[in-house]
Amino acid sequence: MKTRVLGFVALTAVIGASINGLFVVPADLNQGDAQRIMYVHVASAWIAYASFGVTALAGLGYLVWRDLRLDALALAGAEVGVIFTAFAIWGGMMWGRPVWGVYWQWEDPRLTTTALLLALYVGYLLLRRLTDDPARRAARAAVVGLIAAVDIPIVHFSVIWWRGLHQTPTFGDPSKILNPSAPLQFVLALLAMLGAFTLVWVYLLIRRYQLGRLAWRLEEAARRGRIAAARGAALGAAGVEEPAR
Amino acid sequence: MSNAGFVIAGYGVILGGLGLYVAYLLRRLGLARDASKRLGGDVDEAP
Repeated sequence: MKTRVLGFVALTAVIGASINGLFVVPADLNQGDAQRIMYVHVASAWIAYASFGVTALAGLGYLVWRDLRLDALALAGAEVGVIFTAFAIWGGMMWGRPVWGVYWQWEDPRLTTTALLLALYVGYLLLRRLTDDPARRAARAAVVGLIAAVDIPIVHFSVIWWRGLHQTPTFGDPSKILNPSAPLQFVLALLAMLGAFTLVWVYLLIRRYQLGRLAWRLEEAARRGRIAAARGAALGAAGVEEPAR
Repeated sequence: MSNAGFVIAGYGVILGGLGLYVAYLLRRLGLARDASKRLGGDVDEAP
């Protein structure tokens, strides 16, 4: 019930932040309306970082405590993170074409490392399908999730470490937090969208976690059913009746 | 495509995609809850 209320609040927040970003905040003097895409693009990228951070921390927790609930949380972070990374890339492409003149450029470090981030976590999700054993799957995924997380700071700092098309942080750089290189109205619109996306993110993580836990229970039931059937078949082949319980 | 076209495509795909993902997630959750109910398992929200 509480999750449903959160979902409703998140939906309302996203609608409000979108109306603000699309119709209330003025267009940028140089970029025109294309700048409005920044609100969803940047918020998606930050949420993707947070999602993969959850995957890495939950994976590390699983390796320490061997609790499958942490694996369900890691999976939730990875799946939601892949969705938001795809959104960040799409938003960037829709902004890049009118402002840079190109949708994509492989020579740009930010773009290329972000594409790598997406590929790493799609690989993480595919890896999980390789085995039915929950403990083995969780351990393998935790290791891959931790290795993949190395790319998160590389993506974030790539615009500072190397030169490319992508601009340096507007206020993500520690030195610009209190002195952003954008008008306050734009910064507030971005923070509003980030807040709204954060609510959606928490809602999605909870729902995906619940699905992961239920899927695990169903897997366990199916496994127990297969074992019981195999046991019955073996006893039948040996001509032994299954003892009554 | 004009700037407005890119803005519509940007917001449309991201917000529309988010809506589709929520619908897909809730559908999968509903099916899993039904299956769990048939097995007589605990169908309450996971802790």
